[in-house]
Amino acid sequence: MAMTRTETKARAGLDAETLRLMYRHMLRSRLLDERLWVLNRQGRAPFWISAEGHEAVQVAFGMNLRPQYDWVAPYYRDLALTLVLGMTPKDHILSVLQRADDPNSGGRQMPAHYGCRRLNIISTGSSVGTQLIHACGIALASRMRGEDAVTFTSIGEGGTSEGDFHEALNFAATHKLAVIFLVENNGFAISVPWQKQMPTQDVADRAKGYGIPGVIVDGCDAIACYRVAREAVKRARRGDGPTLIEAKVLRLTSHSSDDDQRRYRTSEELESDKERDSLLRFKATLEELGVLTAADADEMRAELVIELNEATEEAEAAPLPAADTAMLHVYAEPGDWRG
Amino acid sequence: MCMRNRVTGVAEKTYIEAIRDGIREEMQRDDRVMILGEDVGAKGGVFGVTEGLQKEFGEARVLDSPLAESLIVGVAIGAAMNGLRPIAEIQFQDFIMPAVDQIISEAAKMRYRSNGDWGVPMVLRSPFGGGVHGALYHSQSIEAIFAHIPGLRVVVPSTPYDAKGMIISALRDPDPVMYFEHKRCYRAIKGEVPDGEYTVPLDRARVVREGTDIAVFSYGMMVHSSLEAVDRLAADGFSCEVVDLRSLRPIDREAIVASASKCGKVLIVQEANLAVSVASEVAAIISEECFDSLDAPVMRLGGPEIPAMPFSPPLEQFYLVTPNKVEAKLRELAAY
Repeated sequence: MAMTRTETKARAGLDAETLRLMYRHMLRSRLLDERLWVLNRQGRAPFWISAEGHEAVQVAFGMNLRPQYDWVAPYYRDLALTLVLGMTPKDHILSVLQRADDPNSGGRQMPAHYGCRRLNIISTGSSVGTQLIHACGIALASRMRGEDAVTFTSIGEGGTSEGDFHEALNFAATHKLAVIFLVENNGFAISVPWQKQMPTQDVADRAKGYGIPGVIVDGCDAIACYRVAREAVKRARRGDGPTLIEAKVLRLTSHSSDDDQRRYRTSEELESDKERDSLLRFKATLEELGVLTAADADEMRAELVIELNEATEEAEAAPLPAADTAMLHVYAEPGDWRG
Repeated sequence: MCMRNRVTGVAEKTYIEAIRDGIREEMQRDDRVMILGEDVGAKGGVFGVTEGLQKEFGEARVLDSPLAESLIVGVAIGAAMNGLRPIAEIQFQDFIMPAVDQIISEAAKMRYRSNGDWGVPMVLRSPFGGGVHGALYHSQSIEAIFAHIPGLRVVVPSTPYDAKGMIISALRDPDPVMYFEHKRCYRAIKGEVPDGEYTVPLDRARVVREGTDIAVFSYGMMVHSSLEAVDRLAADGFSCEVVDLRSLRPIDREAIVASASKCGKVLIVQEANLAVSVASEVAAIISEECFDSLDAPVMRLGGPEIPAMPFSPPLEQFYLVTPNKVEAKLRELAAY
């Protein structure tokens, strides 16, 4: 039975519109993700690295950041985050199909190496952990100009073994920078489980060593993620310094399209993960709260599939880059960003 | 060759003063310029390049970093992408290694990988070179590692005039510039430096001494060792042309070809060991472009193929490229 607005808000801490939008963002990312896997398996896209199972926490942060004002130094699983901030399914299909108009890199980088000048999403490479330090430099520059912009950066738990993780947290905490560090802990660094990566299960515990808050959130609980994101963004914006947030998420797919996780994970484990999928759980919660009916969800899905089909068609029709453009942008060309 | 604006006078300065003047003036003109590195604040850097700058510009713009080189460069990258013009100081070139991922994987590739949407207008300053009892880890010359990397600019000024003009140019360049300072130049090399604003290009070699018999290509402190040797040969009637490469990436092919073709004999002098080095590249350019003009094999003089410069004086002297060694090599070439 549907609840009143007040009841919904009291129970979830969020209004119905926000909850529906959140679900829509999660679904949009999942449908795109599934489409990119299809393109890969059809042989039309050589590589994909998925965000399936990570969407809830990414959407939560995306909805609490101010696009084009705040800064984002993402990592390769942040598909849902980029969509919430304003990138489109077409942007990412262009990338997967290596087209010239791919806004991430013009078809130069592997897919999921995100970047968008317009949205202050900095270009990311394949070295794990470097982006955490870039986030500190970005936040330092914002502060020097007297802006209250927040810089968000993310990494998997695998990346927290890199030295850059320590260097970034140490510096951000020492200078009380407006940086949010999100660790999307799915328990695996490709095939290596967390027990073989670190001595304790919770990355967030390390925040104590830097004198900053460390928060653990269930990354399958969208509402909890939203609350944590809202608080961390507020804290950073009012100048209280960085927060280390660890979202316990699920990696519902293999590491990448070149990996097969059945080689190192049991089928029971994979099945149980599927049942814990945040998307299913959130849908059930919204239905229970009465803010989304099964018919609403179907309608939403149908709309998103239309968008996705159009995006796929347009991206497939877009041209590949001309070979001689490979020599461009080694150093600044006329029209390039120059600082 | 250079752009001059608002130059009011000329004074005799040391190399280190010239670098500091260039940084200070650019910081006065452009509030986006900031410095970060180990001990750059109250101490003014271990060599004193940034002396007095924190007092003048404050702790935010002259920031003492933790002892973490990847952080120093990574923060400079992020700050540059968000509108600042940072100078990252690495205390000794020897300690740049933890930052190589940030330099080569990030700074050098940012513009290319973003198809021109992003860039890293940062300057990385670092002292290099030996002869100061610095042993293995305070003496190295590893510029060739970076000269190999497209996307970086690598410059090595040898005079106070160039030191100031090139640091200003580097701070105005939209791409990452590795600015390497030979530490023996800091106080030993003096020269005339204009008071005001001027720039020196980051991609042009300079003919320091004109000559006709042998072309000597060098950079950094080795330019001065070469000049000393060349003066001794001049007394015997040999005319050597000395070219200061100044920029190692991009390297000035045209200037190399012009001087090598004109003289027909070539000596390349550097302090770094020779294998796969700047001297290798210069020799390759000459063999590609000047084959018909050569009167002798291209000769190179550099450090020995040992891991780095040892501490004890006889061992250190064994490593160093001295004016005597340059003179001996020039006489060998002259007699060919």
